Amino acid sequence: MYKKILLATDGSEHSKRAAENAFHIAQCSSGSQLEVVYVVNVDKAKSDVINNWNSIDVNDSRKKQFDEAERLAKETGINYKVKILHGEPGPSIVNYANKNNVDIVIIGSRGLNGLQEFVLGSVSHKVAKRANCPVLIVK
Amino acid sequence: MSTYSQTWFGNMKGDILSGLVVALALIPEAIAFSIIAGVDPMVGLYASFTIAVVIAFVGGRPGMISGATGAMALLFIDLVAGYGLQYLLAATILTGIIQILFGIFKLARYMKFIPRSVMVGFVNALAIMIFLSQLQHFEGEALIMYVLVAITLAIIYLFPYLSKTIPATLVAIIVVTALVLFMNINVRTVGDIGSISQTLPIFLLPDIPWNFETLTIILPYSLALAVVGLLESLLTASIVDDSTDTESNKNTESNGQGIANIVTGLFGGMAGCAMIGQSVINIKSGGSGRLSSLIAGVFLMFLIVVLGDIVVQIPMAALAGVMIMVAISTFDWNSLKTLHLVPKSDAVVMVVTVLTVVLTHNLAIGVFAGILLSSFFFVSKISQVRVESSMKGNKRYYKIRGELFFASVTELLPKFNYDEDVKDVEINLSRSHIWDDSAVVAVEKIVAKFKENGKHVKVTGMNEDSTELIGKLANKLSSH
Repeated sequence: MYKKILLATDGSEHSKRAAENAFHIAQCSSGSQLEVVYVVNVDKAKSDVINNWNSIDVNDSRKKQFDEAERLAKETGINYKVKILHGEPGPSIVNYANKNNVDIVIIGSRGLNGLQEFVLGSVSHKVAKRANCPVLIVK
Repeated sequence: MSTYSQTWFGNMKGDILSGLVVALALIPEAIAFSIIAGVDPMVGLYASFTIAVVIAFVGGRPGMISGATGAMALLFIDLVAGYGLQYLLAATILTGIIQILFGIFKLARYMKFIPRSVMVGFVNALAIMIFLSQLQHFEGEALIMYVLVAITLAIIYLFPYLSKTIPATLVAIIVVTALVLFMNINVRTVGDIGSISQTLPIFLLPDIPWNFETLTIILPYSLALAVVGLLESLLTASIVDDSTDTESNKNTESNGQGIANIVTGLFGGMAGCAMIGQSVINIKSGGSGRLSSLIAGVFLMFLIVVLGDIVVQIPMAALAGVMIMVAISTFDWNSLKTLHLVPKSDAVVMVVTVLTVVLTHNLAIGVFAGILLSSFFFVSKISQVRVESSMKGNKRYYKIRGELFFASVTELLPKFNYDEDVKDVEINLSRSHIWDDSAVVAVEKIVAKFKENGKHVKVTGMNEDSTELIGKLANKLSSH
């Protein structure tokens, strides 16, 4: 039923639980494709570039975070790929989901920075509000 | 890659808005960095204006913001104190010339040779130095100074929760300045330290004796400025590359930084480079093209000409608060969290880089110390050579594992048993590599020593490079 599944992740505990649910849903619908989206904003870019100064591609270290998920995907035979977006997390995820006509977005309820969310509202809230498809927020 | 005109007009609306925001954020920093260097605020403001405008045209990384920076200001404090502003302007021009040479010889790629731990050390040292430079403003000040700094910091960190479009530093400065004016608080202001002239910069050659002695005074400063300026600029360019997912030309950027510094020196501004913090603000505000840098520079100058009278009323407490924020956001906090996780040698290099800068007050010396130390660690790590010894029939068989070069050969010689009671000895180099003449000489020595003791020696398993090197340097080995 859900062919194009978008899993938004930031490597936090909540997004790991979101990943588990994404795998369940992907397994339930045959021929589904799971796309793992990871957003790099400019603050993250700064710290990543400094801390990966000598590596050939900064994105290698980011993709490492998905090694475990990738292994799981191979075992369960899910069609799976990782996409790294650049910009502010909320708008970037919404934009990508709407442009690519995904059928469902799966996202963790909160990310890495609790205080900021308390005041600004969470990324998951923004995504739920603006995406043109069902959004599953995982607690 | 997009065309030059696309880098100008591809994102007009975003660039104009972000340029305005950046101009507002640049003013307090330009003034504060001037004060760090011990020059009039105008020197930093002119620098930020000319550098931002020139870089808009000749830079290699659209969307990056350059101007007067703390990294550079920290380097020429002594020059200004000892010789005055005119020598700083001359040093700025020379810095530009060196940076252009850097660009012409395409040296930007060697920035990758700077180890990660040195880069982290550089950033952290810069943050610490900016913080330390603010302490002088607290000396002998009353409690009100601390209160005003605290208010400034509180606004800077809390205001983004209300609005992200107006730069929080600007709001903090306006609020604290207003507070001081309306409540008639007697604290030091920018006007007490220097003057703001509401005029555009004019073209002037530095007023110095143009001789060899002057060159020997400014050259050490210019070399350090050129290196640090390019280091921070190319680091910033990489950050902008990554956060916008686009490529940039680092050699063009080196050239551009050079041209910008030459122009700046000729228009009474101090040497500058790209700014990480301002570039981050620009991108967050939607800027990505050359137009953003041009607008930032022009609007900055416009504000100074129009609002110069108000700018001198800004209390030093507000600027100190902004600088403390700059220090906090420059510091790579992640490096503290991972300090116990990274290899010990990396952690040592990072800490030594920071300590060297703090002790010498010179970022360039810190970077060189860090590079030296990490090359030393690298050499000692790679110089460990193991020799495995076994009997093959009645032949003694040695297998060497590791890199053979000047640093590893001294330990190699005693690892063989030269007077053992065997006729044939084989030294296998298939897991080794001969890198230099010291290694060739060492292998020759080992072979000669075995022969002296009447053994028949065979060297086997050499790879192509090693064979070639030995062929060039000696013909005494019987290799297969």
